[in-house]
Amino acid sequence: MHGVSSNSTPPPTQLNKIKYSGGPQLVKKERRHSSSRFSLTKNRELQKLPALKDSPLVEQEELFLQKLRQCCVLFDFVSDPLSDLKYKEVKRAGLNEMVEYISHNSEVVTESIYPEAVLMFSVNLFRTLPPSSNPTGAEFDPEEDEPTLEAAWPHLQLVYEFFLRFLESVDFQPNVAKKHIDQKFVMSLLELFDSEDPRERDFLKTILHRIYGKFLGLRAYIRRQINNIFYRFIYETEHHNGIAELLEILGSIINGFALPLKEEHKMFLIRVLLPLHKVKSLSVYHPQLAYCAVQFLEKDSSLTEPVIMGLLKFWPKTHSPKEVMFLNELEEILDVIEPSEFVKVQEPLFRQLAKCVSSPHFQVAERALYYWNNEYIMSLISDNAAKILPIMFPALYKNSKSHWNKTIHGLIYNALKLFMEMNQKLFDDCTQHYKAEKQKEKHKLKQREESWLKIQDLAKQNPQVPPCPPKLHVSSPLIMWSVSGPLSQGLKDLKKDKVLMRRKSELPQDVYTIKALEAHKRAEEYLTANQEAL
Amino acid sequence: CCCCNEVGCKPGADGDDSLYPIAVLIDELRNEDVQLRLNSIKKLSTIALALGVERTRTELLPFLTDTIYDEDEVLLALAEQLGNFTMLVGGPEYVHCLLPPLESLATVEETVVRDKAVESLRKISQEHSPVDLEVHFEPLVKRLASGDWFTSRTSACGLFSVCYPRVSSTVKAEIRQHFRTLCSDDTPMVRRAAASKLGEFAKVLELDYVKSDIISLFTALASDEQDSVRLLAVEACVSIATLLPQEDLESLVMPTLRQAAEDKSWRVRYMVADKFSETFVSLQISLCFNCIHSVLTIWLSDLCLLCPVSEQELVSDTNQHVKSALASVIMGLSTILGKDNTIEHLLPLFLAQLKDECPEVRLNIISNLDCVNEVIGIRQLSQSLLPAIVELAEDAKWRVRLAIIEYMPLLAGQLGVEFFDEKLNTLCMAWLIDHVYAIREAATCNLMKLVEKFGAEWAQNTIVPKVLGMANDPNYLHRMTTLFCINALSEACGQDITTKQMLPVVLKMSNDQVANVRFNVAKSLQKIGPVLDSNALQTEVKPVLEKLATDTDMDVKYFAQEAISDANVEQRLVQQAAFIFPADQTCCSLAGSQDRSEQRNTVVSITACNLMNSRIACTNPSQTVSFPNFFQPDLHAPVHSLFSAATQIEFDQTNE
Repeated sequence: MHGVSSNSTPPPTQLNKIKYSGGPQLVKKERRHSSSRFSLTKNRELQKLPALKDSPLVEQEELFLQKLRQCCVLFDFVSDPLSDLKYKEVKRAGLNEMVEYISHNSEVVTESIYPEAVLMFSVNLFRTLPPSSNPTGAEFDPEEDEPTLEAAWPHLQLVYEFFLRFLESVDFQPNVAKKHIDQKFVMSLLELFDSEDPRERDFLKTILHRIYGKFLGLRAYIRRQINNIFYRFIYETEHHNGIAELLEILGSIINGFALPLKEEHKMFLIRVLLPLHKVKSLSVYHPQLAYCAVQFLEKDSSLTEPVIMGLLKFWPKTHSPKEVMFLNELEEILDVIEPSEFVKVQEPLFRQLAKCVSSPHFQVAERALYYWNNEYIMSLISDNAAKILPIMFPALYKNSKSHWNKTIHGLIYNALKLFMEMNQKLFDDCTQHYKAEKQKEKHKLKQREESWLKIQDLAKQNPQVPPCPPKLHVSSPLIMWSVSGPLSQGLKDLKKDKVLMRRKSELPQDVYTIKALEAHKRAEEYLTANQEAL
Repeated sequence: CCCCNEVGCKPGADGDDSLYPIAVLIDELRNEDVQLRLNSIKKLSTIALALGVERTRTELLPFLTDTIYDEDEVLLALAEQLGNFTMLVGGPEYVHCLLPPLESLATVEETVVRDKAVESLRKISQEHSPVDLEVHFEPLVKRLASGDWFTSRTSACGLFSVCYPRVSSTVKAEIRQHFRTLCSDDTPMVRRAAASKLGEFAKVLELDYVKSDIISLFTALASDEQDSVRLLAVEACVSIATLLPQEDLESLVMPTLRQAAEDKSWRVRYMVADKFSETFVSLQISLCFNCIHSVLTIWLSDLCLLCPVSEQELVSDTNQHVKSALASVIMGLSTILGKDNTIEHLLPLFLAQLKDECPEVRLNIISNLDCVNEVIGIRQLSQSLLPAIVELAEDAKWRVRLAIIEYMPLLAGQLGVEFFDEKLNTLCMAWLIDHVYAIREAATCNLMKLVEKFGAEWAQNTIVPKVLGMANDPNYLHRMTTLFCINALSEACGQDITTKQMLPVVLKMSNDQVANVRFNVAKSLQKIGPVLDSNALQTEVKPVLEKLATDTDMDVKYFAQEAISDANVEQRLVQQAAFIFPADQTCCSLAGSQDRSEQRNTVVSITACNLMNSRIACTNPSQTVSFPNFFQPDLHAPVHSLFSAATQIEFDQTNE
């Protein structure tokens, strides 16, 4: 789970989310490329221009501009991939040449280049993205479905590459560029993050990271707009392809936050990052999200309590794989927790862990019990044994015999043994107490039932029972508890019109897509920190 | 997390019995188990009744207002309860007491909770007197509308229209002002919420304000920087258009609508297309011929996009999504246009769309076939239909294949058995060996529906032999498909086919070398048991199950035992039925009947009784409160009424 690099950079988003599982491969009859666009340019007959390096220095700027303008011509890659082959090649070669030109020459990014370069980028890329694969049928599943790749990629890739080199050029002056790279530009750029093509999102990520680094005036705006994307994702659509990439950028931003943290940034943690844990496709962006959360805590340990309480609030109730992710993240947090902060959250935290070790899903129980192999966590428990043991003991003791999975028995045995070694006296007390409580349990249940019956009697005596009284719950509470359906059903039912269907099965994969994604070279593997301006 | 408020009651506080209900609630809400907390909140009305209206107002509601920090699940239940609380706080006179807790709930983060709180607020707003509406409700709306956090402003959007009609003109002016402000909020979330309520708000406004306020807001929202806002404005267009007099439509609505129809984002054009028939109907009623014509002109330009031959250049890929939206509404048009117009104008479009390269377009046409069938009959289309269906059936995307399978029974019904056998049968069989499980599963279910449609005899001749043939397939997944098909088909095919043709195959498969097949044999036997006659059950099924129950594989054993005990219970119940109604001729003959479906009815009733018995906590079902005790009045009634009573009980049980 931990990133490849140290903690200094956010974990990079996987290009190919579906792990190739050795299942059947197939070449699709009909390659359903992304169908983003494009209103084609009417006149697409491009003339091949002389090469930049062969022309006299004085004419180079004008030639460069001409080439940029030529590249504003758009071609059809979808309905007829073989159309305009000759002119497509002119554009491809031109873009390629400009990429080389701008990276290997200095003083070529002159003032007149800015508007044309930005225009060329906008014309080629800013478009309304297509809907995810099948708008009328089943919902696109970001965890499982193969992405639809961008058909015009041979050109788009070079446009992205050119623009990235342009931003990174030594001559690049943000002050000149800010007339063209403005809020509207950033907004359009952010809209593209929903692209299904991971290669496109990879470029977008690096470009936005550069813009954030170079344009101080846009930083607050970018953060605000990213927040809006997240809010829409969390509270309205639950669908967006670029959450992992956006979080990766934010990870690098958080990394550069100055201390003490601004209130705005803390609000971002509480109001955006924590609720992001709620969304059902969490697995797609969880490593990046967990990285962001841990970064915050490393900066300011006083945030530990709200973060852990937030995780506990959004703890999954029916989704076991998600629960395992939460346990992973929680362990990462506990690894960096201050003992003074630990004390503040230990009780609710271990009440949740007690539920996890009793989970009938053995992977959840197993993951929770692995905490007992973590020396730092064990030392924290040991320091607070008087509080923690009484919470954990009943869950461990009960499942030491009754859990269906044998591996769990071993792990529980180990955990109980550690507890016993920690404090034999306390352990014995807990055993006694457990047995006593067990005795009382039935009595308590009965008492609860009686109290409700008493309330019902009181309710029936109410002289003001309206002529058409609201339905009394006369059935015994005991029965009500036993028939309770899966929790969260209410919430799910309400959201169900969004979810058409989800099925998981081993799908054959398109060889072309696998290869295309493998061939993609990242502009940058890890995003470095963007230092906050003070 | 919940601490006592000033009432100062502690759970189990001795002596004062009157504090009791709240004490219990506090105690329950403290419980670790969410399910328990949820159940307590669901019983809030009981507590309110126990407290009486005055103490509900002075103690329960303040307590709830102070302690709203629970999980969303609990808050959702609370928000819903409070919407039905008017009588419990003393009727409309006191209904405003419910506002404080609902106000906090309307500001929480979780959308589902917020929406429910707004729903309850809208409900109780109707119970406010005009004075209370101004004194209590409207200030709440104002507070929400000017909240710091976008969630409260979003909630406010849904409340304007419910209080507007019954307040004074000064307050009305304020409400309009607040709505205007929210329409230009700097977060897109709030603008979306406002845009989605624009139509509803327009309906309660005076016509002059519709023209002055709403139109300008509509125009502004329809040209918002975010397409998610613009498309909601288009949705509002339908209701706005119905409010305005005809002469104003051209100047006030049409420019914006035209602009939306040509929006650069396909999402907006999609919405225009989606609302097509709705808009069309409302415009047709309210517009003069001239306007209809101009609307149609816009539409025709978009319809042109549907026709690949006409304007090759316009058929670029973006339009596919708009096209597929149009494809689904265009079928609806046929009912409006009538037979002759449909054949003349629309049929060519349908046919062209059936050949569209985009599967969604084709699917949308096929899925809406019933509209056309009513008007011109499906035969007109069948020649073009077939290639389209075949191609979809083999589409590389399994979701497309799944979609077409789901339309198969409908298609089969409309095309008739002959056409089906000739052209579609092979497809249906091919899906059974698809490499995606979901397709195989859907294909199985499809067969069952087809048999229901075409009858058992048809099944016996066409599909049963093929299904049974797969039992010898080298791929175990295909062998299992045979079993799944048998499970699905046995009931529809009836006792004869099941016993004579299917059962031998199932029994033979009990020797399969793959354990998964063997335990599915056990499951199948359990499933088809009720369809078989008791002779076959005893002599053929039982021995095989007993053999499987000694299998080396744990799962095979388990499912075999399940099946055996199921069969035993049924057997015992049939005997019990004979025992309980010894005097009743009908029942005896039923219980001894060779007709398994009649036996089963008896069993169903008795099972229901046993369930009933166990529910009243009778521990030993064999010595149970006997059947007749339970239906005293029905004891001597004809058996069939007993059945229906018992079945009803079982039905209630299932629903509980």
